[in-house]
Amino acid sequence: MTPDASTIDAVHSGAFEHSDSVANQAFGFWIYLMTDLVLFASIFATFAVLAHNFAGGPTGKDLFDLRYLFAETMLLLFSSAAYGMGMLAMHKGRKHWVLTWLVVTFLLGFGFIGMEINEFYHMILDGNGPQRSAFLSAFFTLVGTHGTHVTFGLIWMAVMLVQIGSKGLNTPVQSRLMRLGMFWHFLDVVWIGVFTIVYLMGVI
Amino acid sequence: MSQANIDSTGASRGSFKSYATGFILSIVLTVIPFGLVMSGAFSGPAVLIGILGAAIVQILVHLHYFLHLDTSSAMRWNVLALLFALLIMTLFVGGTLWIMSHLQYRMML
Repeated sequence: MTPDASTIDAVHSGAFEHSDSVANQAFGFWIYLMTDLVLFASIFATFAVLAHNFAGGPTGKDLFDLRYLFAETMLLLFSSAAYGMGMLAMHKGRKHWVLTWLVVTFLLGFGFIGMEINEFYHMILDGNGPQRSAFLSAFFTLVGTHGTHVTFGLIWMAVMLVQIGSKGLNTPVQSRLMRLGMFWHFLDVVWIGVFTIVYLMGVI
Repeated sequence: MSQANIDSTGASRGSFKSYATGFILSIVLTVIPFGLVMSGAFSGPAVLIGILGAAIVQILVHLHYFLHLDTSSAMRWNVLALLFALLIMTLFVGGTLWIMSHLQYRMML
């Protein structure tokens, strides 16, 4: 809260070098993303250790549908690109285009998380929940952690849609949109690791 | 006035061309590994090397074209933080796999 509050003060008073504060916020957020990366690395390590402990249960070959996964991956990639278009519109100060692209990003991200929840639902319904084997425990932990991140990204995006509507594209809002963009692209980077190591390597 | 400030932070620069390039490269680098695995035309280590290679290249594409990481002075600290995170990640993942495989070997599992 405090850095944002100081930015708002800076905008109102105009006396503060708020370019520094925007840059610091972006860098601080980058540091957070790096710690998140370490969190994902530890979960990836756990998954790599447990990936072949099936306990007589289903393997990746039995469970994963690559065509379904490809559609999921494309949704996330398209949403990342749509967010990029939103950022370009923001730099040109075109509020309506920013809102449009953000809604597109939101819907694509929502589609991604919907497909993932649907996949989880059917796996659990078939008795292949996290309690089935060490492999599935690790699978649900890793993919679920990524999905939780995407969900929080969507909540953040919804908040930003409201803020753009009520506050317009002022400096704090632009700064937040920039950090949300970093978060969103970062989640797409993590997803590359997930679909490669969990799904593709689980099938071959 | 605020736009110039946002631009000067370095973390948000990007043009339509760079996003489009990153987007097209990402699609190609996603289709390649899925195609390799789904076609079943290749087997064993060739597929593994192919999909891991495509993943690493795609991660670099995302970092450069979407997150705008480069060697400019504005991004120096971001790159440094990323390299440090990569070091920690290597220790985590490499160390875990090493210890656990050794344990498995010694317990004759």
